[in-house]
Parts: sequence; structure tokens; C-alpha cells
Amino acid sequence: MKLSRRSLLKTSAAATSLALAGLPSFAQAIDELVIAYNVNLPSWDPTVGLSGVNPTIQGFYQSVFDLYIPQNPDLSFGSGIITDYGWSDDNKSIWMDVREGVTWHNGDPLTAEDVAWSLARVGNPETGSPIQFIWGKITNIKADGNRVTADMPEYEPTFFKWMSFLTGYVMPKKYYEEVGADGFEAAPIGSGPYMVEKFERNAFVRLKANENYWGGAPEFKTVTIKFVTDAASRVAEVESGNSHVTLEIPYEEFDRLKAKDGLAGVAEPVSDIAMIFINDIEVMTDPNVRKAAAHAIDKQLIIDRLLSGYGVPIDTMQTPDYLAYDDSIKVPYDPELAKQLLADSGYSPENPVKFKIQTTKGFKPKDYEMVQAIVGLWRRVGIEAEIEVYEIAKHFELRAADQLAPAAFYNWGNSVGDPTTSTGFAMFGPSPHSVWDGKETFEAILPLWGEADEAKRIAGWKEVDRRVAENAEVIPLMQYVQPIVHAAGVKVTPHRSGALLPHLMTRS
Amino acid sequence: MTLLRKFLLRLITTAVTLFGVAVIVFIVIRVVPGNPIAMMLPPGATDADIARLQAQYGFDKSIFEQFLIWLGGVMQGDFGQSISLRQPVSSLVLGRLPATLELSVVALMIAVVMGGALALLGTLYRGTRTEGAVDISAGMALSIPDFLWGLVLILLFGVLWPVFHISGRISPALNTDFATNFYLFEAILRLKFDVVADLIAHMFMPALALAIPLAAIIAQLLKQSLKETMHLDYVTLARTKGYNENHIITREALPNAILPTLTLVGVQFTFLIGGTVIIERLFSYEGLGNMAIDAVINRDLPLIQGIVILFALLFTLVNLVVDMLYAVLNPRLRHA
Repeated sequence: MKLSRRSLLKTSAAATSLALAGLPSFAQAIDELVIAYNVNLPSWDPTVGLSGVNPTIQGFYQSVFDLYIPQNPDLSFGSGIITDYGWSDDNKSIWMDVREGVTWHNGDPLTAEDVAWSLARVGNPETGSPIQFIWGKITNIKADGNRVTADMPEYEPTFFKWMSFLTGYVMPKKYYEEVGADGFEAAPIGSGPYMVEKFERNAFVRLKANENYWGGAPEFKTVTIKFVTDAASRVAEVESGNSHVTLEIPYEEFDRLKAKDGLAGVAEPVSDIAMIFINDIEVMTDPNVRKAAAHAIDKQLIIDRLLSGYGVPIDTMQTPDYLAYDDSIKVPYDPELAKQLLADSGYSPENPVKFKIQTTKGFKPKDYEMVQAIVGLWRRVGIEAEIEVYEIAKHFELRAADQLAPAAFYNWGNSVGDPTTSTGFAMFGPSPHSVWDGKETFEAILPLWGEADEAKRIAGWKEVDRRVAENAEVIPLMQYVQPIVHAAGVKVTPHRSGALLPHLMTRS
Repeated sequence: MTLLRKFLLRLITTAVTLFGVAVIVFIVIRVVPGNPIAMMLPPGATDADIARLQAQYGFDKSIFEQFLIWLGGVMQGDFGQSISLRQPVSSLVLGRLPATLELSVVALMIAVVMGGALALLGTLYRGTRTEGAVDISAGMALSIPDFLWGLVLILLFGVLWPVFHISGRISPALNTDFATNFYLFEAILRLKFDVVADLIAHMFMPALALAIPLAAIIAQLLKQSLKETMHLDYVTLARTKGYNENHIITREALPNAILPTLTLVGVQFTFLIGGTVIIERLFSYEGLGNMAIDAVINRDLPLIQGIVILFALLFTLVNLVVDMLYAVLNPRLRHA
């Protein structure tokens, strides 16, 4: 090929025009769905390591893999790879029926052997599953026909719920054993609605529809998910038409964008709550101080003023979607009561009780601003709180070491909606995620871990929630609302778990 | 001192510098709050689970022991395994380095062209309003940090006039196989101009955001050097010979005036590479900087160490090259 300056210029100009013309616009018909996602995908194995317990990336995994038991958008449990399941009469063993006719992305059939192997693999401590403490509760796992059975020497009421939760994915036995961990990371296959076509770490993943998906082929045949971690860039992505869907943007931008021609928005509550951990140390051993702190917070005011009204005030760690939600448990905003409680302990606005509150800044929407507002409300009743900003990593370290400040703002996710995975792990003293050491709460929770009578179990957790609320052992603040902006040509079905799932998106 | 001796001496100091950086980074990231093990603890983790995890990642040993193990691995080219990405650190950082280098080099080229042009313009029209405009432009460019320039560019060329891509390095729909991770250089060499155009459409805004402050520095320094040179005798002689002003500036004054700018560009280039951390994040550009932020958030200690060491190596190598280049170009140093 002979290259002259003129031909080079011509080719460059043509190529530039082509590239620029290739920039999508929300005015065009959508062939390939482009999503600007707020987090990176570090690893493709959904069952091990740090990624396995990262709730923000479960949407990627659920696009490529199948949970043993899927959850519907309203968090109800559906029928998936496991179509039916249960315990033996003596609760000493479990059984699961595996859907027939399902294939892996490489065409191999998905069998009960795959399910048995997947469960045994994550139950083995050597595998490195962070949820091994649950999966390890079953032994003697066997596959017979389309049925999987296993022994469960110690009854675990939430076992099947974990099959819809973190690390609860079916993995391909034959393929994984052939390619190994590194090979799987390089070319993952699952049985989910989309297949991985191309993956550029920290840049994008390109998905191709699984036409043989047992739940029906997805409408968009090609989906590109770009990892755009900066919120301002995500706003620009969707506003410019470079992406059709984005999420987790500031609420002010959500309101602005959804009002624009060609764009729409959906904002629904998700299973993620904002809360203040109370560590029963220093002044927080005084119930009057804790209760005053809880009653002095006007949650609705904070939601309206700081979050543009996007949020649902809550008084326990259960959201209205959860199994143990009890709407009769209330911790009302009552500054006069707060003052009275503080006065009973000798405190007043002139002689305030003092403690430290820790918070993240920029990790969740308006987290620091919310704590500033709370500190302002506390000041009115006689609480002087000093704010300390910490990073997420520091929060986890302090929480695991039971060294959080007397008050610490954070968030808690619990998409399976079981009380053990909210109140249980947050309030049970020995849990590395609890900083509450009160004996009464410990004793109230202890028998519920293995309670076989489901009605009694849920009633028990409601009682725990009531006593926790009455004693202000934690201050739940609000259920988050997830803002999703999308091109008007796309219909987005939000999922209460917070996972943005492309197979739930259709053309509008 | 000969150039060779000077070079060897610099190599030794570079090795010492890198060792010092390694020690400091290793200790600092273990002393600052935030424990990667705490972040991966399951809800029901027992003390035994925590101990098992700590042993698995080697955190049960003293910092000194951990350092010796890590250093032993580094000597054999093994920088350890990333905790969050579950891949060897060396392949991760070397895989990302080309993206950051390409972005930095393109940014540097833009900065040199922009800064050089402004300096020549200001010198040519010295004492006029044009020079004032050049000074004001340079001042403005310098007073706004690169990430703010990034936001301005996104708004201008990404949203209001959407001609460039806002995020990423290459269009996902472009099915091109690369033999190396130097996408741009490789596409140019293989004369794949559609790919080059796509890469430029992705790279232009982050590169420009990085380049603008550096261009301002180059413009200010080069203009000052040129102005000083313009008063020297040999320039006056050239003027009396009847050369026009363009010739005098570009052919007579510039070769001498450019030396201090060259040193500055070398030093600033290292800062420019450092600036990629924020800019890559803003534009979701898949380089080392973007990875560094994730590594810090996840407290991925082996990956942080690997990235910092590589950045340190880059900085020292760039400085070494600049020093050598300066010595070669400057006769007084060459024969010293």
C-alpha cells in the first residue's frame, strides 16, 4: 500500500468521522444496550474472595451465572436451577431438585452433579469461600438423577436463603476442572441469561444473549456494561447518549435528567439501609443517652432536605420488604422526650453529653452531610457529638475489632431479607460485624439461630427488634432509594436487591 | 566525569531510591488504618476463620518477616498476588502500564505543542496585547487543576457537543486483536486508522486535561528563556544580518532557550504521570492510576506495593533519561 500525505489525511478524516458518527445517541433506536455501571468487576468467580461478598457487583454475576434459587424483583423467591427443595422430617438432611434441560454457555448440560460439586466446593475451607461458614454446614452431598441430597448435622434455617445470596451460584464442574481457576477467570462460563463475549478489566464487559436460557432469551442481544466509577462521568455518559442506562447518581441530577427529553428515570427502595451502630462503651452504656440520640433524629426531614425525598425512614433493621418487618415498632422523632431522657441523666443543652460519631464521606449518598445534620439535631437536645471521618476499610477493621466509636454511621445490605442477616449479624455480640455486647440481646438472639419452627423464629426476631429499638441499641435511619436514569427507549425493571439486571430490561 | 560514569552512578542511586521507596511503602500501607482481612470477613466468621485468612495472606507474620518474603519474591520477579483481583501483581501492573504510558506521552506531546506555540507567539508579539493574552491564558490554565479541566472538557466535548468519548480506552464494539497493550502505537504501526481514530476519540479529553497545566508551565518558562536569549549578542548579530524575526526566534534563539525547558519538561512529565491517577478515574481509562484507586479502596496491599514501585521506577527512569539527554545536549556538561 502506497501512503501519501493526502491519502493519509483522507483516511484519517474518514476514520474520525466514522468514529464520531459511531457515538450513540438516545434519539437513535437501540440495538446494543450500553450501561454505565458505578463499580468495577474485579473477578469473575462469584463464589470466592472479596468479590464474592461484594453486594454491588452481584448484578454482573446474576447476568452470567444462575443463583441456585433466584429472587424476583420484589425479593420473593422464585424457581431457578433448584426448582424445589426442603428438609427431611427430622431436619437432619436436605434435598433439592435440579431443573432439567438447562445448558451451560458452552453447550454442556447442567446436571445435579454440577450443583453437588458447586456446594461441596464452597463448603471446603480450602476453596476460600467467604460464606463457607454456611456451605460447610452440609456434608455427604450426593447427586442422584436430578435430585441432590445432603446431611445437615446442625440445623441452619437460613441455608436455602443463602442459595439466593452472596456466593450462592451454580458453577460448571466439568469446565472448571478442565480450565482451572485462572482459565475460568480468563473465560468464564455460566448458565445465566448472558454470556461473556469480551472483558476488559476496569473498562467494560460485553455480553451476548444466551438464546438457550431456560428462563427465556433476553430482549437485548448485546449489552455493554462500562465501568464508570465517577458519578459526574456517569451523568455525562447518559446525558450525552453514550450510555442508555446508569445508576447511583446524585438525586439532584436524577431529577434533572429524568425531566429531559429522551430520558426517563426510576427510583425504587432497595435492600440497603443507613444506620448508626451504637457501641456500648463510654456514655452509650447509659440507656437514656442512647434513647435520646434515637428520638432526637428527624429522619423524614433529613430525607426531604438532603436526599430530595428519596428514602424510606425505618425504625428497625428490617425494611418493609423483609420477613420480620413489624410496622408496630416505632421510634418517633420526639425532641422533648430526648431532652427529658438526657435531663434524667444530668445532661442538658448547656451541659451536653459528649461522644464521637464516625462516618464515611462520599461512600453513600450524602453520608457525611446526613451525620452533620444529625449532629445539629442532637445539639438542640443536649448532645455534643464530634464527627470523625473514616474510610470503609477502617470501618471494617474497627468493627471487626469491636473498636468503633460510641456512634458510627454505616450502611447494611440484606437482599434475602432474613432477620439473621440483618439484626442477627449486626447485633449478636460474637459476630465480627457487631459492636453491641449487651448480654440480654445476646441471650435473646442465641436460641433463634437454630430455631426450626419458622413462625416462632420470625416472631422471636421481631421481639429482638422490639427490644433493640426500645433500648436504642442501634439507630436505623432509612432505606435507600436507588436512582436509575435510562433512555426513554428502554424499560428498566428495578430489582429490590439493588442489582441492575440487563435481562430485566426491554425496549419500551 | 564521563557520561558513562555519570550514567552508572545514576543507576546505582536509582536502585537505592527504589529500595527506599519499597521499604517506606511497605511499612506505611501496613501502618495506616484499614485491614484487608476485615473487609472480607463473612458475617459468621470466628476467631479461627480470621486467623486462617490472616495466615493465608501472610498477615500473621511480623512486618519485617513479611517484607523479607515480599523482597525475596520481587528479586525473582514475583510481586505477589492481588487480594481483590486474584491475579499476579506483576502481570496486572505491566498489563496496565502501556495504557498509562500512551496517555502520558500523548498528553506530553499536546503540552509541548500547545506550550511551545504559546511561547513562540508571546515572544513574536512581545510587548503587545497578544503577549498579554498569552500570559493570561497560561495563568488561567495553570490555576485550574487537571481534574477540573477534565470536568470542563466532559461538559463541553462529551455532553454539549458530543464529539469525543467520555469513558474508556477503546469502543467495546471494535473487534480488534492487539499483540501488545500499546493499542495506539500498535494501531499506528499497523496503519489501522479507524482504530487510531477510535483510540484518539477516547484519549483526547483525558490527555488534554493532563496537558493543559503542563502546557502553561512550558509556555511561561520557554517564553521567559526566549526573551532573555533575544537580548544576547549573537541574536543581535543575527538581527543586523537582516534575518527576519521568525527566523531569529526559531533558528537562533530557540535552540539555546529550550535547554532549561527540556529539564523542566522531564521533571513535569513525572508529575504528569502522577496526575493520571485522578484523570484515569474521571474518564474510566483503564490505566495504572485507575487500578491504583481501586487497590487503595480495597486495601489490596500487594497491588498497592506493585503500582507504587512501578510509578517510582518510572519517575526515576524519566529523570535519568532527562539528565542524560541534558548532558548530551549541553556541551558544557558533556565535556565537564
